[in-house]
Amino acid sequence: MAAIYSLYIINKSGGLIYYKDYGSSGRMDTNDSLRVASLWHSMHAISQQLSPVSGCAGIELLQADTFDLHCFQSLTGTKFFVVCEPGTQYMETLLKFVYELYTDYVLKNPFYEMEMPIRCELFDINLTQAVQKDRVAFLGR
Amino acid sequence: MIGVGKMKQYGNVLDKPLNKGKQEVSLSAFAFLFSEMVQYNQTQVDNIGELERRLEDAGYAVGARVLELLCHRDKGNRRETRLLGILSFVHSTVWKVLFGKVADSLEKGTEHEDEYMISEKELLVNRFISIPKDMGTFNCGAFVAGIVRGVLDGAGFPAVVTAHFVPMEGQQRPRTTILIKFAEEVLLRETRLG
Repeated sequence: MAAIYSLYIINKSGGLIYYKDYGSSGRMDTNDSLRVASLWHSMHAISQQLSPVSGCAGIELLQADTFDLHCFQSLTGTKFFVVCEPGTQYMETLLKFVYELYTDYVLKNPFYEMEMPIRCELFDINLTQAVQKDRVAFLGR
Repeated sequence: MIGVGKMKQYGNVLDKPLNKGKQEVSLSAFAFLFSEMVQYNQTQVDNIGELERRLEDAGYAVGARVLELLCHRDKGNRRETRLLGILSFVHSTVWKVLFGKVADSLEKGTEHEDEYMISEKELLVNRFISIPKDMGTFNCGAFVAGIVRGVLDGAGFPAVVTAHFVPMEGQQRPRTTILIKFAEEVLLRETRLG
């Protein structure tokens, strides 16, 4: 089973609202992760404009030598993306599941302020469970 | 409510039968509504105690109505008059109608005679709510505490009802305990009745 390096959630204006890294490789400090988030936000927007296909929704998968980056954008413009080992499967399903957790444990929480960094205990607990390897495999079925 | 569209339309609300069937509302819809209610009340208060009180008051109105409805529908216009009767009514009948299940446990307080506790591993209203650290011991279960107080008060058992988080051993999340402290007169009446 291939590994997930890190998970990001960015709001519709490109601000990082959630970052979590798993495992040792690809670890970044706060500044770097903020930079990656806003960089990805801009690249995503540019890709939409440059795409030869009309109605393009932006980059969904970026494949590099050392990592894969899977991105999922919700209807409201919140982007979820995960950096993982090349060739990792079921990442789309995982991202959709993270979106589901976000709608449940973040948006339904009266103490969460929209577009602000996510600090919700229940979201963390459920996310950790979801990212556990066997859980990823289970979701892919 | 699910299935409302299929119901026959009655001109007068009093002609409508009090349906006993399963009438469930969407959990998401409830969660969003409840969240908005908490957010609104948060804008109206300066401190957490006041927020708790406002949620409790909102619940009280629900409780008073639930008691009325259930006594009429399930108990043939009779209500419980004894302490244990009303407690088990809250613990099972009321809980089932509101949350679709019986409460996890009903216990008597060990330190005081007049205290009873209804505990729930995961209270429905708290399902999606994480309390920020700076809010301390605040619990949105105050709403449910209000419902319980409404039912008890309506049935003639005035009590002070509060909601607390109680950490559980070996569990990541604390459970919610609804603490019921009956007024003195209730216990005096209870001993008189024998």
